[in-house]
Amino acid sequence: MSSSPIALSPAALGAPDRRLVSLGRVRGMGVFLVLLGVITLFGLSLSIPPSEHAQFLLTAPPAVSVPPLSMPVRWVNVPLAVLCAALGALLIARGRRRGTYLIFGAGTVAFLWAFLAWAARGGTLNFEQLLAETLVETTPLVFGSLSGVMCERSGVINIAIEGQFLAGAFLGAMIGSATGNLWLGALAGGFAGGLFGALLAFLSLRYGADQIIVGILIDAFCLGLTNFLLAQVLTPDQTTLNSPSTFSPVAIPLLSKIPIVGPVLFDQNVFVYLAAVLLVVVNVALFSTRWGLRVRAVGEHPKAAETVGIHVLAVRYRNVILGGVIAGLGGASFTIGSVGQFSSDMSSGLGYVALAAMIFGRWRPLGALGAALLFGFSVSLQSFLAVLNVGIPSPFLAMAPYVITIAVVSGLVGRVRPPGADGVPYRRD
Amino acid sequence: MTRTETGPPPAVAPATAVEPGPRGEPPAWARLARRLVEANVAVVTVLALFTALVIGAILITATTPSVLHAWSQVGSAPGHAFYVTGATIGDAYGAIFTGSVISPSALGHAISTGRGWTGAFNPISETLVKAAPLILAGLGVALGFSTGVFNIGAQGQLIAGAIAALYVGFAVHLPIGIHLPLVVLGGAAGGAVAGFIPGILKARTGAHEVIVTIMLNYVFLDLLTYLLTSRPFQQPGQSNAISRTMPATARLPHLFGSTLRANLGFVIALAAALAVAWFARRSTLGFSFRVIGANQRAGRTAGMDVRRVTVLVLVISGALAGLAGTVTLSGTDFFLSTGYGGNIGFDAITVALLGRNRPLGVVLGSLLFAALDVGGASMQVATGIPIDLSSVIQATIVFCIATPMLVRELYRLREAGGGSIQLFMKGWSS
Repeated sequence: MSSSPIALSPAALGAPDRRLVSLGRVRGMGVFLVLLGVITLFGLSLSIPPSEHAQFLLTAPPAVSVPPLSMPVRWVNVPLAVLCAALGALLIARGRRRGTYLIFGAGTVAFLWAFLAWAARGGTLNFEQLLAETLVETTPLVFGSLSGVMCERSGVINIAIEGQFLAGAFLGAMIGSATGNLWLGALAGGFAGGLFGALLAFLSLRYGADQIIVGILIDAFCLGLTNFLLAQVLTPDQTTLNSPSTFSPVAIPLLSKIPIVGPVLFDQNVFVYLAAVLLVVVNVALFSTRWGLRVRAVGEHPKAAETVGIHVLAVRYRNVILGGVIAGLGGASFTIGSVGQFSSDMSSGLGYVALAAMIFGRWRPLGALGAALLFGFSVSLQSFLAVLNVGIPSPFLAMAPYVITIAVVSGLVGRVRPPGADGVPYRRD
Repeated sequence: MTRTETGPPPAVAPATAVEPGPRGEPPAWARLARRLVEANVAVVTVLALFTALVIGAILITATTPSVLHAWSQVGSAPGHAFYVTGATIGDAYGAIFTGSVISPSALGHAISTGRGWTGAFNPISETLVKAAPLILAGLGVALGFSTGVFNIGAQGQLIAGAIAALYVGFAVHLPIGIHLPLVVLGGAAGGAVAGFIPGILKARTGAHEVIVTIMLNYVFLDLLTYLLTSRPFQQPGQSNAISRTMPATARLPHLFGSTLRANLGFVIALAAALAVAWFARRSTLGFSFRVIGANQRAGRTAGMDVRRVTVLVLVISGALAGLAGTVTLSGTDFFLSTGYGGNIGFDAITVALLGRNRPLGVVLGSLLFAALDVGGASMQVATGIPIDLSSVIQATIVFCIATPMLVRELYRLREAGGGSIQLFMKGWSS
């Protein structure tokens, strides 16, 4: 983030340089990788007869341009196990230096590859579909966590993401269905989210109400309101009011023809592209523009920002409402982006997961993307493992994304530092 | 945490200056009149309820077909439109009241015939049944809030408590006098363990309790799903996800005869409220909780172990949520099924806010929430208006409580003598 001349580094805003991880944590990660390597070696490699193969399907059946990847599980997993353990040892030996997360990530990928090969032994894993599912699961989380980033970087805590999801999903479905125009539906979804963003801003900025309380209440209110309107208005008139179609995938010419990643990344519906565009825009705007500098200044030290002539409350109003709009769009992606109709509590707590993704992405769009991808991957992996019948009861597989999140938050992320004025009401003296 | 902000001293407007009484104070009636137009706790709460009912009425009017139809012909029959609107709203709110407190007609019938007392008192009994777990879980959340710890995990802790209570219930065979206390203790212990996890993770690694408790809600939900389909929890001979049932020795006795479901759970909840009130106000440990909630740095400087307190708060908070799961299991449900506990864990958060994190407030707030829930179900049966109206009303009430300034402006109230009564939590960086 320090590439741009006007972006302030965290150090300049009074925080220690967080790119270096503490020594204890680095060693912890190293030990963890070594353990993973040992588990992979004995549990997932040597225990398997040498003749067993696993097949990874790299392209979906209709367009077989890449032949499936067939691997003898044992002979692939032994080197992966060694690699994983070696990377762990490297982490322990290096100590506190840059690139810790990169090495840790590489070790984790090695383990995951070995685990997938083990799980798919004697069968076939549709690798491409796994990636595609991951993207589907990740998209709403990206909207949600971007909404959180927008609000919290300006100093307003947004726990209302879940409520804004529901409001966006509801109005998106209703307007999309009533008008027959999905674009209007998406707009309506953004509007609904923005409306509750405005409520959050109004109550917390104008009346100084506690932002966390207001956020929780918006969630409760939206859940009740959408359930009420669903039963009272939508259900009696299901065909006209709650049966929108869904956006169909749009293939981007050329790019969608790239083997493996092409169909996954470039043959998606408009919400996936929108999430990607927003991700880039918010990231660049926040860290490399004058606007972003102002937002961060307001979020870190509003009094200083006010002193240099920034209108603190105006910045906060704008960001919180924009954040609401983004979450509302994410909500609309539940209905007119995938399922096609609104059902009770359909975001099922993903707004809170998005919040968690934002926190452990350290209030950065790209960090939040990483967290969202991790979560999306573990959710979709769980459904694939259930099909592969790996001998783990399905409730435990369903638990995995949440357990992994807890492990990551407590093992890798630890104490996080929110924007300095996050959640603190601002009053001009 | 709850903080009473010391606002500017209340300005006494000339219009309110009343003839001084014999001791130089305004007379009692004038003080009372003044209190009624001040933004104090009682006035704001009543107006919050009023505002919520108005919003509910607007929703009913805007979405009920018969009302909309009457308004579409308002030109030809204006009186009829108003009549239909009023009747619909009156029926709905009437059904909420008679369904949750007492039905005057059933009571009259019981008095005149001497029979049917059960029917007359059933609504209030159901409200007590519903309030008990809300009080317990709400107390836990409130204790966390007032210590600056955010426990969003009451739902998961409640499930953990219920699982533990059920296990003690069916695995041990003892006479009721020993068995029942053991079950209740088991439930509290189960919740305490579930609360210990985010506590120790926060103390040791700094993992934020909001993330960990949210994630643990799902973990315990999935754990329950697993247990319901495996030995020894699944009901033998069942293929559905249904647990064994609580034996008679592990069930909470009814308070008012066998036909009314009100049970000892409500008494347990009241006792817990008293215990929490004593703990927070009178005990040394409770004092350090409050200090750390008000100002963590001051607590640390005074030699208090902030980490230990964080763990303890979550353990106690979890134990209370575990008790909430136990009283529903041992009091009314007697077995577990998937998604157990419904929304109690999340309602507990709102109830804690409504009660301003104080034990008495939590008890009263829970009774109000329970009445709206129980009455909402009757309303849905009687009038067809969805029960979810109750959730909207509940959320709106707490909105107003959380923003007393809004209520003050809306109803042109004066500032209360003791300063404002705003609720405050802590941000992320506690």
